[in-house]
Formats: sequence, C-alpha cells, structure tokens
Amino acid sequence: MSLLKGKVSFWTALGYKGGGPMWAWILHRISGLSMIIFVAIHVYAGFTTQQLTSGWGVWYNTLYENVWFQLYIVFCVIFHAVNGLRIVIQDTWPKLIPFEHEAIWLEWLVILPVYGLTAFVMVQHALR
Amino acid sequence: MSTRSLPTPGWNLEYIMWVFTRVSGAAMALLAFIGFAAALVMGARSQMDLGTLMRWTFFPNPNHVVNSNIPDITQGWSNAFWQTMEMLIVFFGTTHGFNGLRVVLEEYIHRPFWVTFWRLILGVLWLGTLVVAIFVILAS
Repeated sequence: MSLLKGKVSFWTALGYKGGGPMWAWILHRISGLSMIIFVAIHVYAGFTTQQLTSGWGVWYNTLYENVWFQLYIVFCVIFHAVNGLRIVIQDTWPKLIPFEHEAIWLEWLVILPVYGLTAFVMVQHALR
Repeated sequence: MSTRSLPTPGWNLEYIMWVFTRVSGAAMALLAFIGFAAALVMGARSQMDLGTLMRWTFFPNPNHVVNSNIPDITQGWSNAFWQTMEMLIVFFGTTHGFNGLRVVLEEYIHRPFWVTFWRLILGVLWLGTLVVAIFVILAS
C-alpha cells in the first residue's frame, strides 16, 4: 500500500528496476551538483585570493590541491560531460531512445578508459 | 501533498533553459577541446604535468598554469583571446550550472511563493558569480 503512495525507504528506492538509465540519471545529478557547488565557491575563493591578500580563499583552494578531491572532481567532469553528450544525442535523434541501455554501455566504455588513464597519471604524479 | 504544474508549450523559461542547457553543454565541451589542443600545440607536453593541463582545459586562465615550465606566459597563454574564451566558458558554465540547481530545487518546491523565492536567490548568486568571475578574468 505504501508503494502506491510512493513512500518507501531510501534503500528500497535505490533497488528500483531502473537499471543503467536510473544510475546514469543519479550520477549525472550528483556530479552536476558537486561541480556547481565546488566550482562556484572556487570562483569566489579565487577572487578573494587575487583581490584581498589574505582571505579564506587561500584556505579553500588548498582543497583543490588535494589529490583525492581532484580524482573526485575529474570523475564528475568526465562523467557529466560524456553522459550529457549522450543525452544531447538522444534529444537530437529521438529514434535512438529505445537503445538507451546500449547507449549507456557505450558511454561507460568511453568514460572508464578516459578516467582510468587520467586517474593513473594523476596518482603516479602525486606519489612521486 | 503538492503537485507539479504541467509544462506549457511556447516560449517560457523552462523551454529556453532546456535548449540552453544542451547548447551550453556542447559549447563547453568544444571550448575545452580548443583549450586542450592549443595548449598541446604551444608545447604543454614538455612544460606541464597532466593536472596542470586539465586545469587549463577546464578554464584557460594564466593562474592555472603557474606551476609549469612555460618559458614566457605572455607569449600565447595570457592574452585577449584566452580572456574571451574564459568569459564564454564562464557564461555558459555558470548559467548551465545554476539552471541545473534550479531544476533540482523545483523538483521539491512547488508552491509559487517559494519557487519565486528560490529563483530570486539563485538569480542573485548566478549574477554575482558571473561578475566575480569576469573581474578575476580581467585582472589576471
């Protein structure tokens, strides 16, 4: 009965049968929110660093020098861009929409090597 | 329990932003590629590590390539062309991003008063980010 009202627990909701498309939507949203929040604050931090000699901006931007943060934000950028491109392609050629599952397999085939190589080089450099 | 309103056909904020999100997303990818390619042409392979190159790709600002072996940053890396590119990226990115925030918020907020309230807040933050970013670009 609670299913009809849409009131289920968070974990039950994650188990919904949405599959690849559902996870792509969730990751697209999380990566988008991460980027707008981190990067918008970074803009203000850059401004205070440049225009006010000492400020919270210098402290905040040390976060950007942390390799774990960099690995996270680079994943957000690559995933959001490639998934976004898939969405643009589906919106431009709606006849491809029935092939959404295959398209998502293809996008992971692009994202994983690109991110993997980037992450490998970044970690290698950080460990030096 | 609050309900969503049906999207109305014709020219309205929703439709314009729907189109703009796609256009700006593709534009940012293209601008990033131009920055990435230009950096490699200018010799980035021997002048900086991958992280610095990525920073430049994301936003081609001379402050992003300070930790590199670029012999002379005023030769090719710090000029009006890149300032123009940066302003385009900032405009597309800020608007694309704040619209995304708006979409997420409006999935949870339906009462007209609060919709307008949050749109105003987001609008002010959007404009503020644009102004601050352009200030930084011109002062770099």
